[in-house]
Amino acid sequence: MTRFAYVGVLLLVVLGTAWLELLLRTRVYARWRRLLLTLAPVVVIFSVWDVHAIAAGHWTFDGERTTGVLLPGALPLDEVLFFVVVPIAALLTLEAVRSVKRWEVGDEPPGACVDGTRVDDGDAA
Amino acid sequence: MTYTQLALLGVVLVVLLDLLVVRTRLLRRRVFWTAYAIVLFFQLVTNGILTGLRIVRYDGAAIVGSSTPADGPPPFLGDGRIAFAPFEDLLFGFALVVLTQVLWVWLGRRGVQRTPYAGPPRLPMPGAADDPRG
Repeated sequence: MTRFAYVGVLLLVVLGTAWLELLLRTRVYARWRRLLLTLAPVVVIFSVWDVHAIAAGHWTFDGERTTGVLLPGALPLDEVLFFVVVPIAALLTLEAVRSVKRWEVGDEPPGACVDGTRVDDGDAA
Repeated sequence: MTYTQLALLGVVLVVLLDLLVVRTRLLRRRVFWTAYAIVLFFQLVTNGILTGLRIVRYDGAAIVGSSTPADGPPPFLGDGRIAFAPFEDLLFGFALVVLTQVLWVWLGRRGVQRTPYAGPPRLPMPGAADDPRG
């Protein structure tokens, strides 16, 4: 089971943030098309960085506490999952703050926000 | 380049992306810094586990601090480390989070599932804004 130590931490992140989607209505998973389009370049860019760092010896992984599944470039599957799980958690957090505070995020149409707070929900109302 | 240099470069690039290239200006908004404070706390906890247990190990030639020891955990604080992790990981995490959120907001601004907006919460939240939807 120690092979799942790294992905176990990732699972904690997934479970620890899932309630935001349900109870704060973050609608991050619900808007899965926008989510996938966001994740694609992030996963690519950070995987390239990771492959370079591994090749240059910047960091190494404990083979006994990672899954042992290596992708091209000696990139552990665990790391790719990290680049999916952590960005989703970051988006859930951003949208959770918006859910509670209604603060301007920057994707609202002109006029929807006054003094940094959204006052008009437009077609979503 | 070392990890230190690459991590600094990553931060510079995402700041330029946000403020000058796509102009989402997330870094000038309280929603970002509030969310980032929450993310940072949990990064310190989860990354502390991964680095303190030496699941991920670092080469001292690539970071300001020393290499992860062969036996036993690295320093909790000091020698370039914060909560067991090289401080460079905080820069790495910042770049990862900002890039993600900038792309998300940029896509929304371009009309990709801009709505429905997040909220309102299903449970009473302290400090919650009044919902004009009633």
